[in-house]
Amino acid sequence: MKQFIAFVKKEFIHIWRDRQTLLILLGMPIVQIVIFGFALTNEVKNAKIAILDQSKDAATASLITELASSRYFEIEKELSSYQQIETEFHKGKIKMAVVLPSRFQEDLLHFNKASVQLIADASDPNVANTLTNYATAIIMDYQKRITQDRQLPYTIHTEMRMLYNPQQKGAFNFVPGVMAMVLLLVCTMMTAITIVKEKEMGTMEIMLVSPMKPIMVVVAKAFPYLVLSLVNITSILLLSRFVLGVPINGSLFLLVVESILFTMVSLSLGLLVSTSAESQQTAMFISLVALLLPTIMLSGFMFPLENMPLPLRVVSNLIPAKWYYNIVKSVMIKGLPFQAVWKETLILAGMMVFLLVLAIRKFKIRLS
Amino acid sequence: MEKIITAHKLTKRFGDFTAVNQISFAIQKGEIFGFLGANGAGKTTAMRMLCGLSMPSSGEATVAGFDIYRENEKIKRSIGYMSQKFSLYDDLTVKENMRFYGGIYGMTDTFIRDKTASILEQLHLEKEGDKLVGSLPLGWKQKLAFSVAIFHDPPIVFLDEPTGGVDPVTRREFWSMIYQASAAGITIFVTTHYMDEAEYCNRVSIMVDGRIEALDTPAQLKQTYQAKSMDGVFLKLARKATRAAD
Repeated sequence: MKQFIAFVKKEFIHIWRDRQTLLILLGMPIVQIVIFGFALTNEVKNAKIAILDQSKDAATASLITELASSRYFEIEKELSSYQQIETEFHKGKIKMAVVLPSRFQEDLLHFNKASVQLIADASDPNVANTLTNYATAIIMDYQKRITQDRQLPYTIHTEMRMLYNPQQKGAFNFVPGVMAMVLLLVCTMMTAITIVKEKEMGTMEIMLVSPMKPIMVVVAKAFPYLVLSLVNITSILLLSRFVLGVPINGSLFLLVVESILFTMVSLSLGLLVSTSAESQQTAMFISLVALLLPTIMLSGFMFPLENMPLPLRVVSNLIPAKWYYNIVKSVMIKGLPFQAVWKETLILAGMMVFLLVLAIRKFKIRLS
Repeated sequence: MEKIITAHKLTKRFGDFTAVNQISFAIQKGEIFGFLGANGAGKTTAMRMLCGLSMPSSGEATVAGFDIYRENEKIKRSIGYMSQKFSLYDDLTVKENMRFYGGIYGMTDTFIRDKTASILEQLHLEKEGDKLVGSLPLGWKQKLAFSVAIFHDPPIVFLDEPTGGVDPVTRREFWSMIYQASAAGITIFVTTHYMDEAEYCNRVSIMVDGRIEALDTPAQLKQTYQAKSMDGVFLKLARKATRAAD
């Protein structure tokens, strides 16, 4: 135990003296949360649109006011001819054009039917979709208001409730994702690098000649990163709770325990990388390319897994972050108890045992 | 005299390649034993087997009376080791390095404090105790590395080419430290390819192509091979080598 403490002390000195890396390690989660929270978002706000109002009556005027007063749209230009629409899209400023045909109010009152054309710039299909959805919703609202005194023969009334995230904030999705990414990065990459560094410097030999058990060497090297990860988890949770307003609906204790489990999986992965990498660069490269990229792409955090072809969905099951991401979403956002995530927990625990056994077997006790 | 290291037909094969081929020798307690050979002759491999860093393919050996197959852990407590690569941490201070190495050998805090003070005094580095090792000149680092290798007072210390890249003055000082350690009863097992250093040893063995070709006192070797210096002895023997240096 004394040996272990001496070793861990030394590891902390290494980390403490390397201020740049320390700053990156502790600052990264904060920067990521802030960037994801305020800059990168799927929500569309204040999209510029153009209006071609060929009717210019009371109905179109109030519809335009509805659109303009929503926080999603900002009317960039009032057009006077159909040809102008193309020109405006070419300029690239507007994302959508709304065309209100002539005699809009008359049609509406006399024939009970009028049409509105929405023309969106689908070079970014997601934005186009979102904008037309918003616009449709606003128009439906308007219609509902003017028809409320009249009884339509048949109506299907859809009522939507957005569970767990009523305001549909992007933060609810990316906070769990950022947690998975940061923990993986800190634990896997840093553990791999720090162990390979000792190999490179020749100090690993000294350690293996000493009475210190190899397994203790490994645990002592990984331990400080477990502590750093806990600091990171804390700062991410505090930021998302108090700055982004993401609630922690489930048990905080469960969330922390699951995070520690995922941290251990990542540490084991780092250990495995360190046994096969001979230089720090290789260790970094493997961690980034072979681990971080699939994590970002296949954990379900950036791209929905449901839409992927079967082979990719199968592969995604091998990505530890996928399971952790699900767990965090369930516990933190949905507020579910352990019973809801025991399967994921078991899978992560299994992965940890498997990786750890593999890594320790590969870790050369006698160097050759 | 008590034999502290023995090897009998110790062999290490890597696939078809026999790095160390049936070497046998015995080293007395307190001896300075020079382990010589050209690059690639197998001396580092032989030393690593004795330290427990490498598993022998066949043969027997004991270190400090312990069997290298079965009593690895006991051997580890009885030896110090200084590797070719310089083995102190540059981003730790001199004192922190000593505290660390003392710590992993399970020394008590009092022992570590007293020992650190006495080493710093001996090396006249009292003022440098709190400086980062990375800021010290190479010669000092090497002397410190040796002090750290014998920090826990082991009966045996293995030195793997400890003086590579050091100027002649520092090498002389380094060897005077080795003599002091030897006088204190520590057995020194040292590999080198500086032939003038071979003269400082009590006995030397010369490895060629994985075998020990000669083993005797420097004086006796010079006589046997009719050479004026160890350089001459070494050249005569090394010329037999068929193996390319790595």
